Amino acid sequence: MEHKNINLKLKVWRQKNSTDKGGFETYDVKNISQEMSFLEMFDVLNEELIAEDKDPIAFDHDCREGICGMCSMYINGRPHGPWEANTTCQLHMRAFNEGETIVVEPWRANAFPIIKDLMVDRTAFDRIIQAGGYISVNTGNAVDANALPIEKAKADAAFAAAACIGCGACVAACKNSSAMLFVSAKAAHLNQLPQGQPERKTRVMNMVAQMDKEGFGACTNTGACEAVCPKEISITNIARLNLDYTCAGLTDTK
Amino acid sequence: MIDAKIPAGALDSKWTKYKSTCKLVNPANKRSLEIIVVGTGLAGASAAAALGELGYKVKTFCFQDSPRRAHSIAAQGGINAAKNYQNDGDSTYRLFYDTIKGGDYRAREGNVHRLAEVSANIIDQCVAQGVPFAREYGGLLSNRSFGGTQVQRTFYAAGQTGQQLLIGAYQAQERQIALGNVVQYSRHEMLDVVMIDGKARGIIARNLVTGELERHFGHAVLLCTGGYGNVFYLSTNAMGSNVTAAWKAHKKGALFANPCFTQIHPTCIPVSGDHQSKLTLMSESLRNDGRIWVPKKQGDTRKSIDIPEEERDYYLERRYPAFGNLVPRDVASRAAKERCDAGYGVGTSKQAVYLDFAAAIQRYGKIEAGKRGIEADAETITQMGKDVVKEKYGNLFDMYEKITGENPYEVPMRIYPAVHYTMGGLWVDYELMTTIPGLYCLGEANFSDHGANRLGASALMQGLADGYFVIPYTIGNYLADEIRTKSIPTDHPAFAETESKVRDRIHMLMNIKGTKTVESFHKRLGKIMWEKCGMARNAEGLKQAIKEIQQLKNEFWSDVKIPGEINEMNPELDKANRVADFIELGELMCIDALNREESCGGHFREEHQTEDGEALRHDDKFMYVAAWEMKSEHDWQLHKEELNYEVVKPSQRSYK
Repeated sequence: MEHKNINLKLKVWRQKNSTDKGGFETYDVKNISQEMSFLEMFDVLNEELIAEDKDPIAFDHDCREGICGMCSMYINGRPHGPWEANTTCQLHMRAFNEGETIVVEPWRANAFPIIKDLMVDRTAFDRIIQAGGYISVNTGNAVDANALPIEKAKADAAFAAAACIGCGACVAACKNSSAMLFVSAKAAHLNQLPQGQPERKTRVMNMVAQMDKEGFGACTNTGACEAVCPKEISITNIARLNLDYTCAGLTDTK
Repeated sequence: MIDAKIPAGALDSKWTKYKSTCKLVNPANKRSLEIIVVGTGLAGASAAAALGELGYKVKTFCFQDSPRRAHSIAAQGGINAAKNYQNDGDSTYRLFYDTIKGGDYRAREGNVHRLAEVSANIIDQCVAQGVPFAREYGGLLSNRSFGGTQVQRTFYAAGQTGQQLLIGAYQAQERQIALGNVVQYSRHEMLDVVMIDGKARGIIARNLVTGELERHFGHAVLLCTGGYGNVFYLSTNAMGSNVTAAWKAHKKGALFANPCFTQIHPTCIPVSGDHQSKLTLMSESLRNDGRIWVPKKQGDTRKSIDIPEEERDYYLERRYPAFGNLVPRDVASRAAKERCDAGYGVGTSKQAVYLDFAAAIQRYGKIEAGKRGIEADAETITQMGKDVVKEKYGNLFDMYEKITGENPYEVPMRIYPAVHYTMGGLWVDYELMTTIPGLYCLGEANFSDHGANRLGASALMQGLADGYFVIPYTIGNYLADEIRTKSIPTDHPAFAETESKVRDRIHMLMNIKGTKTVESFHKRLGKIMWEKCGMARNAEGLKQAIKEIQQLKNEFWSDVKIPGEINEMNPELDKANRVADFIELGELMCIDALNREESCGGHFREEHQTEDGEALRHDDKFMYVAAWEMKSEHDWQLHKEELNYEVVKPSQRSYK
């Protein structure tokens, strides 16, 4: 693989804490190998900032292999940057050219308050799961796993929805800051499985209620969420959720 | 002598007997018993869920922003269980035997048999939770093979099995949070254990957002904090994975067992430069279909596709015809290192071997053509084969392409071994209790089940076994005697004293105001460990490493530079706390590796090998668990737990 080293200008959102107003700062980063990951470029920049007695840029990251869902940078106006089906940590510098300016912001949504710089608080997602994103089965109650055959197509569809990593790119991309793709992915995972049927109605009612309570916006079917999702979660899950929600509302006996 | 408290009786009845006779806590008393769980990976989340369901009051802690981020999520290939759904001769005994043999006869029979016994329950439980494992067209669960076994007992969800299992456990945990049985503390890091009257009674945790120190009481404390592979700086672990919680427990008296047993995984993407921050695993499941080779000619600079079949050396198939590409990880890693050291490596660094899917693509393509009953041309066959490979391993192939810029459907992957898992950890008895009463250790953080080498797809099994099916029983046996202990207020002097020591250390770190970054120390530590305590070790190198690490420690504590303030979000300070502990651990790992004058599993002492380069154990001298007690700085005392094999007869491991 041929590669070279490039020089870039970074405009990064800096914000000391949740109450600080914040603003952009510009940094020159030089001699960046195109084999580096985007976050490794930030590592290099941070090492330089520390050497210059400046405060390094705070950003969330952990697994750096695209699965934990922690990294969350809004790069040149797009969550996780220019590549399709990708997380920030898997973005590599091959995506950029010599002399480019890259703008890096945090996820922006009322339901995701900024903690510091590029870090946001996504605990709202945990609370949505608490509202019904599970199957109520205590440990030790299970029957033999093969006693319940599940149609392969259904199992595959449930898996495709369950691949959501909870990063919040869908919210960041949405002009309404809606969490519908996240909520619908979990509902589609569980509601398509026979194990998920007993709680199908309460699950969607409660999860949607919690989503609203957290301050996420409404869905207007723009599709930006699907376009940026690193795991390619399909927007058809939102249609499924809407159907389940309507049915639940119509047949609610409470 | 340390007592593992293995129940008496026949091996296959120990756990049943234990469960029937251990003490119980009645539901009313459970409500007033508090348990702290540190870490929310498979072990921690499953323990928190199971204990919450039982009615205990549970608090969980993780340093990430959500419990769902724990690094169990990155496990790719699968989870083993002795279900024998494939009718290929599997059984509880075989899983037990394979695990003992895979661990090179350095694990406890009692623990491993229990693990094999509960393995089937794990699959049942996960399916009930809605974990979407791969299925066949008939709707039943699918299996594949992993290294070191000759049956198909691995359950999987594409290359994201860890993710699906962790999400299952996370959801079970979140359900308990909703029910009020569990309280979650995210972005919190445990910085010490609080001891009262010789028992673990709580923790000091740092709120990573505000920097404040917090006191939390528990009748018992569970450490489920994962492995310490990041001592090598470069590993497949997450950036935040650390040894701090376990190390604090060790400094409070918990013995640390077999620290030198680390697993180097054979199939990882090679290092590309000095900027590298972590290494990425390519799942062992790829070895089901991929063939590993190097050129037969030294220093061959031709492109992989230009090297004809007869000039390729499929060295694993050549050396180990019975297991071929599916030999255990330690064996495969050493074989790759051997070829590269001998000058047969590929790629620009020459520190890589090929993992090739060309044959698998052709094989699958022909099967597909046969299934559809069509006479396909070569191109169509190749395309159909690629489609099958994509369905099996698509996400892994995509990940490889993103990182390397090469398309693995067209050219073979380049791979090289990398640090992946640590078999060593806090010493625990059969009940998973450390040598500190009331302090438990689960999952990768403990040492107990994998001996000197873990088999693939067994880490997920152990984490969930410990959390769902072992700790709910064994903790009751301890807490039954604690029902008269009221919650201890956190203004107790022991809490105050521990907190002030933690605070002093943080101030000490911040006041060094030196010239070198935390990262630079971590990199240097990693280099020492990888070169002298990595895939091959010898006495001279280890002695030198110990000296170098001691010097590094002095330098760290006099010259580290940490920016920012204490009472704010300060990731550099968090990292400094962790690296300081890694440095101390590194020294102990080298001491342990030096002490163990034999080769076994992942621990390869160059002085102890067979004529054909295989690990040479010395069962007469080293059939024991090395459990280390910290006496003072740079000074540890060795305690031995003899391993008694009552059922399996240890022999020279052979995969030929």
